[in-house]
Amino acid sequence: MDIKRRQFLKIAGLSTIAGLGAPAAFNLLLKGESSPVSFASSGAGAEVSHDAAPTGVRLGMVVDQRVFDANQGLAQKCITACHLVHNVPNFGNPKDEIKWIFGVPYEKAFPTMSHYHRDEHLHNSRFLVFCNHCDNPPCVRACPTKATFKRKDGIVAMDYHRCIGCRFCMAACPYGMRSFNWRDPRPFIDKATYNKEFPTRMRGVVEKCNFCVERLVKGLQPACVEACGSSGAMVFGDLNDSHSEISKVLKENFTIQRKASLGTLPSVFYIV
Amino acid sequence: MYDGKLIIPGLIVFVALMTFPIWKNMGNAGPVPKLEKPKGVTKCVESVQYMRTSHMKVLDDWRDQVLREGNRTPVEVEGVKYDRSLMNGCMKCHTEKKKFCDECHTYTSVKPYCWDCHYVPKETF
Repeated sequence: MDIKRRQFLKIAGLSTIAGLGAPAAFNLLLKGESSPVSFASSGAGAEVSHDAAPTGVRLGMVVDQRVFDANQGLAQKCITACHLVHNVPNFGNPKDEIKWIFGVPYEKAFPTMSHYHRDEHLHNSRFLVFCNHCDNPPCVRACPTKATFKRKDGIVAMDYHRCIGCRFCMAACPYGMRSFNWRDPRPFIDKATYNKEFPTRMRGVVEKCNFCVERLVKGLQPACVEACGSSGAMVFGDLNDSHSEISKVLKENFTIQRKASLGTLPSVFYIV
Repeated sequence: MYDGKLIIPGLIVFVALMTFPIWKNMGNAGPVPKLEKPKGVTKCVESVQYMRTSHMKVLDDWRDQVLREGNRTPVEVEGVKYDRSLMNGCMKCHTEKKKFCDECHTYTSVKPYCWDCHYVPKETF
């Protein structure tokens, strides 16, 4: 049989296209739909509904801004208490700053809310912001090493041993609640107030609020809640327990969440 | 080979000099660190042999249990409770890092980075 080069190339080309295209076409036609993307491996549930599953414990916080507005200086007490307990360094420089909890004006805390004809008192209010411990945390999904993860009780925790400092979680967090250690934090922690029970971090890891897990196991309240004392400015508890104090506060008051429309299901609520 | 009578002895001298540290210390691993037990305590959370070979595994397991599983129940040995923690557990008995950590780690040329974050008892940072 005589076959010309031109014919051979034609046949070879068609066979290649058929060989590559056929399986893809079969998959599309036979299955009818592409498989849904699964996030199961990230530890974060893929649920995006605004009603989180009411099973198990889900720890959360209510911040009563009315009390903070009435009591100037209380917010600073909370910040100091938190940063002392967790050995948060003070670099004295906003570029390197590490923040677990801090105050921001209304428009920074709630950028998705309407700011037109805003309530008078909101102009001077500074809202305490910290990790929202989202029920659907985007940071957990972004972390390539599972250094940040969601615990069974809803706390989004971090294992600093595993953090490689890629800062994907910082990019993923829509609230900017994570800080990166650009420098060795140790020399910038006040030795006089150093908490010997809690580790520091090292250069090159990301850190954030941990809802005081180490205090909760001792039966204590988070440091910021404790700093508020009996003022009721911050209430901490189980959102899924209908008899808890936080549930009562949530039932009785109108609360807002930060960027709730993103579907991250924050566990921190604000009474404005 | 040209100049063989120069090159070959030269090579022998070179190899001998380069390997000098190896055969000088042949069969001698240096002074073995003297072990010292913490005072007032007789039992650790595991056997001596296990701790000697696998204390790093214990620490890793504790870390995962405490951080990920939220299990902070203390380990109880002969009625004494020990926190699952390096700073708040181990170092409560093994108080001196220089004696209990550094001596053997230096000897075996291991450089763990525990102390980048964890507090060193007694020593200042």
